[in-house]
Amino acid sequence: MLTRLKTQVPLFSMNSYTKLREKLKLSGLSFASTHSHVIRLGRHSRHNSKMAVCIAVIAKENYPLFIRSVPIQNELKFHYTVHTSLDVVEEKISAVGKAMADQRELYLGLLYPTEDYKVYPHLIKWYVTCLHQFFSYQIVCILLYRHTRYGYVTNSKVKFVIVVDSSNTSLRDNEIRSMFRKLHNSFTDVMCNPFYNPGDTIQSKAFDSIVSAMMVQAS
Amino acid sequence: MADDVLFEFLHMEMVSHIYKDQASRGEMDKDRATCVSTLEGMGFRVGQGLIERFTKDSPSFKDDLDVMKFICKDFWINVFRKQIDNLRTNHQGTYVLQDNKFALLTQFSNGKQYLEEAPKYLAYSCGLVRGALSNLGMDCVVTAEVSLMPSCKFQVVIQKI
Repeated sequence: MLTRLKTQVPLFSMNSYTKLREKLKLSGLSFASTHSHVIRLGRHSRHNSKMAVCIAVIAKENYPLFIRSVPIQNELKFHYTVHTSLDVVEEKISAVGKAMADQRELYLGLLYPTEDYKVYPHLIKWYVTCLHQFFSYQIVCILLYRHTRYGYVTNSKVKFVIVVDSSNTSLRDNEIRSMFRKLHNSFTDVMCNPFYNPGDTIQSKAFDSIVSAMMVQAS
Repeated sequence: MADDVLFEFLHMEMVSHIYKDQASRGEMDKDRATCVSTLEGMGFRVGQGLIERFTKDSPSFKDDLDVMKFICKDFWINVFRKQIDNLRTNHQGTYVLQDNKFALLTQFSNGKQYLEEAPKYLAYSCGLVRGALSNLGMDCVVTAEVSLMPSCKFQVVIQKI
């Protein structure tokens, strides 16, 4: 999947560096070189990065009651993402059992960040020709977005997972907490609805609207 | 002031409605059991919703005893406006909650009169406790017994998997 750009020489020549930068700017990608031999290309986030990309409500038995994600075409990926975050949630819950109880435990905080990569084949060709004198071959993998996941567990062991796109600015803790607060309040209302049987998927319009308000606007 | 009795009246009417319903459909023997389980089922669902609301802001519970204490204090106060008077446990998963002046039984009698009718009026509350505990992750069986009105004992036996 991701191949670090191996280089035989530690630095690029200034010329090709600037040329590369220009080219990338035109395609809307930003360019940062983190190590001397790794180039990471990131996309400018086009949407307000203070919004969630995916919100999931998972029941006590670890099946989803509600999952909604914004880029509809990647929905399956988000399902997997949420599934893997459950492991981290479980780990945090069991760790917490040994510690002293305090208010913050409902909010689990950052689960783990991920960097997702996607190959841009149309960029490879000119990138390679740009710097062909240094490399034999490489696959350019571009850092598409940075997803961080946050978790929250209620006392009834219902878990909320929020995945946010934090490539531009990172959200403050308080904002995430308030998002979870709203989710929890809305979920409590759903629970008290006599037409809702605990364990069913959530179909309440009110809940839907709260979630939509928190998600990224489709760009 | 009048708020307290609203639920008591509703509860009394619920019980009598369910029993009347079953009676009009014939056969008395099976009915008692189904009525009790209907009432218990209603209490169960309500208990689940209530506990979600009550524990929204409280930190997670350390262990089973913590949960039972929460039921005895906060939960009972919110539902019946008083605490459980006595909680006993054998530390092996059995808890006995004793309420010396159970809100739903105070109107009946102060002694032994109408003792045989009392269990009907406890079914809903048993379901309430069972629903609350099940939503907190503890599967249990809740039974109630009355020897002297209006005090009653709820026995909670936690089912270990």
